[in-house]
Amino acid sequence: MTTQSATPDLLYSEEEEALRDAVRGLLSDHCDPAGVIARTESGAPHDREAWKALAEGMGLAGLLVPEARGGQGATHREAAVVLEELGRAVAPVPYLTSAVVATEALLACDADDLLAELASGRRIGALAVALNVAPSAAYKAVRYEGGALHGELTGIADAVAADVLLVPAGDGGLYAVDTQAVTVTPQVSLDLTRPVAKVVFDAATARRVGDAEPAVRRALRAGAGLLASEQLGLAEWCLTETVRYLKERKQFNRPVGGFQALKHRLAQLWLETVGARAAARNAADALATGSTDTDVAVALAQAYAAPVAVHAAEEALQLHAGIGMTWEHPVHLYLKRAKADSLAYGTAGNHREALAGLVDLQAP
Amino acid sequence: MTDAASRDGAGRDGAIDAAELRCRTQELLAARPVADTDRTDFLRARFDAGLAWVHYPEGLGGLGAPRSLQTVVDTELEAAGAPDNDPRRIGIGLGMAAPTILGFGTEEQKRRFLRPLWVGEEVWCQLFSEPGAGSDLAALGTRAVRDDAGDWMVNGQKVWTSSAHVARWAILIARTDPDVPKHRGITYFVCDMSDPGVEVRPLRQITGEAEFNEVFLTGVRIPDAHRLGEVGDGWRVAQTTLMNERFSIGGMRIPREGGMIGPVAKTWRERPDLRTHDLHQRLLKLWVEAEVARLTGERLRQQLVAGQPGPEASGMKLAFARLNQEISGLEVELLGEEGLSYDDWTMRRPDFVDFTGRDAGYRYLRAKGNSIEGGTSEVLLNIVAERVLGLPSEPRTDKDVAWKDLAR
Repeated sequence: MTTQSATPDLLYSEEEEALRDAVRGLLSDHCDPAGVIARTESGAPHDREAWKALAEGMGLAGLLVPEARGGQGATHREAAVVLEELGRAVAPVPYLTSAVVATEALLACDADDLLAELASGRRIGALAVALNVAPSAAYKAVRYEGGALHGELTGIADAVAADVLLVPAGDGGLYAVDTQAVTVTPQVSLDLTRPVAKVVFDAATARRVGDAEPAVRRALRAGAGLLASEQLGLAEWCLTETVRYLKERKQFNRPVGGFQALKHRLAQLWLETVGARAAARNAADALATGSTDTDVAVALAQAYAAPVAVHAAEEALQLHAGIGMTWEHPVHLYLKRAKADSLAYGTAGNHREALAGLVDLQAP
Repeated sequence: MTDAASRDGAGRDGAIDAAELRCRTQELLAARPVADTDRTDFLRARFDAGLAWVHYPEGLGGLGAPRSLQTVVDTELEAAGAPDNDPRRIGIGLGMAAPTILGFGTEEQKRRFLRPLWVGEEVWCQLFSEPGAGSDLAALGTRAVRDDAGDWMVNGQKVWTSSAHVARWAILIARTDPDVPKHRGITYFVCDMSDPGVEVRPLRQITGEAEFNEVFLTGVRIPDAHRLGEVGDGWRVAQTTLMNERFSIGGMRIPREGGMIGPVAKTWRERPDLRTHDLHQRLLKLWVEAEVARLTGERLRQQLVAGQPGPEASGMKLAFARLNQEISGLEVELLGEEGLSYDDWTMRRPDFVDFTGRDAGYRYLRAKGNSIEGGTSEVLLNIVAERVLGLPSEPRTDKDVAWKDLAR
C-alpha cells in the first residue's frame, strides 16, 4: 500500500470559477475557431494579442511566482483553470511552456530578474528540452565551452515565440540564452497551435542560472501535471461541440443524436471527461499543496487524461463525419493538439511505468 | 418530542452545529453507558435522541441538521465503542424504504415504520422487479385490486428480492389500473411479509449461492393504510426509491486500492512468480482507472458536502461495474493454475454481499451482476445521454397505450 497525504480538494473555488469566466470571455474575443485556423497558415502561428491580454492584461503569466519574486502568488490550482480554458479554445499561446514549464525551471534557479520578466509576461521563456521528454526520462544537453553553448536541439515547443531559452548543458548547468543569439527554425509540426522548432547553438552567449537536473525535473513534473487540465479542456470542447452538432444534424428524418449507438458513445465520453476532471484537479491540488503524493497524482493524471483527450477528439471527428474531415472545421486542431499532447511530457505508457515504481506494482 | 429536541439550547434557533451534535452525543453516552446497555436499547435511545440520521426531522430519528454532520455523531460513537445498527444487514430499509416513507408516508406510517427500521428490529426488502419487467419496470404486472372495504388484494410474482427471507416488511409496487398507460396505473404499498399469501423461494445464481429470492404473492391482503402516496402515483414514488438505490451503490467513499483492485494488487506484490509482461500492462491500466474512479467518487462526495450535487452520480455505477468486471477477470488470469479452481459451489444464503469477498472466481462471477442490478449499464448510458447531455430520447411506442394493450 502506498502512503497518502490529506484528502485533496477536488472542487473549484468561487475565485477559480470567476477566473475561468474571465479567461473564457477573453478567449471568445480573441481565439475564435476560424481565426485560429487562419493563423496557423500565416507566418506567425502564435496569437501575440491574446498572449498580451492574458499575461500583461490579466497578470496570468505570474500565477506560479510568489509576489516577492515579481508574480501573483497564486498556485497550480488557478493555473490549471487557465489551462482548461486554453485547451477548450485550443489557443495558440505559450502559456504552458512559458508560464508553467519555464517558470517552474526558474523557480528552482537563482535568476529572479528573469523570473520576474517571465511572470510579467513581457518576455516569453521556453525550456530547451524536447516536448516529448517524460519527467524522469533522459534529455539531451548541449556543449558548454569557452563561455558559450554549442550544439543543436529539436522538438522545442513554442521556441519560435520565445525571447529566452533555458538550456541544459553538458556541464550540468542550466543556461539562459537570448533567442537572438541562436538560430530557431520552425519544424513542420503535427500540432499547428503548439509548434515545435529546431534550435542551433553556434557559440551562443549564455548565462548560467542554476543546476539543470533539479530545475528540469521540477519543470517537467509541473508541465505533465497541469497538461492534464489542458487535456480536460480539449476533451470537454470535443464532447460539448459534438453533442451540440448531433442535436442539430438530421438524417433518416431524425436528429442523429437520437440514435442509441451514438448516444452510448457520447455518454461513455462524458464518463471519461468526468474522470479526467477528478484526475486533473487531484494533480493540480497536489502540486499546489506540495503533497507527498504529487508524483503519483501527476503520473495518474497523465496516464488517464492523455488518452481521454485523444479519444474525445477522435470521437468528435468520427461523429461529425464528413465535415469533421475538412480543413475548414476546427475539430482537426483539437485532434492534432490532443495527439501531440499525448506525447508531451511523456506518454501515458511512460507514466504508467512510473506508477509501477511509485505504487509498488513492479514489472516481472 | 424527545427531551433532547425540546429542551433549551442550540435547537431553539433551529441551527444545529457540530459542537451541539458532539454535546448531544456525549449526553446520550452518559445516559446510556455502552458497557451496561443492551444493544437494541442503545440504538432506540440513539434514535430518540435524534442522532440516528441527523438530517431526518425531529421525532423521526433526526434533528433537521445538515446531512454532512452525520460523520460528527458517527465518529464520536465509534470512539466510544457504541454498537451500530449493522447497516449492511438493513441496507434496503435504510437506503430505499426509509427515504420513500419519509417523502411520501403519512405521519402515522413514519412513526410506525422508521424507528424499528433504523434500529434493525424490522428488516425490509423491495418487491419491484418481475420476470416480465426488468429494465422496463413500469410494465410490471403484479395486480392489486381494491375490495369493498377499500383495502387491497395482491397477486403476482416478484424476483431478485434480496433479504426477502428475513424481511418483516417490503416496499411493493403493483398495478392498480390496467386501463391507463403503464406509468399511470401503478400504486406503491408497504407489504407485510408475514402474510400467509407471501411465498419466498431462494433464487440460486451463477456463484452457487442465493443472495436473492423469488417472491410469489397469492391473495396477499394489504390494508389501505399501508399505501404510500396516492393511488396511481406509484411510479413517481418509486423514483425516490430508485434514485437512492443508485446513489447507495455508486456513492461510497473508499481508500486507495479499497475496491476490487485491492486483492489483485496484493496478489501481484506477494506473488512475483505469477507476473507476466502482458498482465503488468493490463494491471497498470486498470490500477489507473480504478484510482481515477475512486477520485471521481471522492469529488462527487465533496460536491454533495458543499451542497452542489452534480450529475456524476449516474456515471459512478457505470464505471464501477465495468472496472469490477475487468479487474476480477484479470485476477483469475493472474492466478494461473489456481484460477482454474473455485472455492465452493454449495448453495447458501449469505447475510450480506461483499463484491470483494471470497476468492477470485467468486469475485469474477459476482461482478457480472454489477452491470445488471440497480439499472443495467445500457439503461444508465441512456440516462446519461438524455438527462446529462440532453440528447433526444428513444422513439417511444409505449407511452400512450393502455397497459393491458402492450406487447408481451
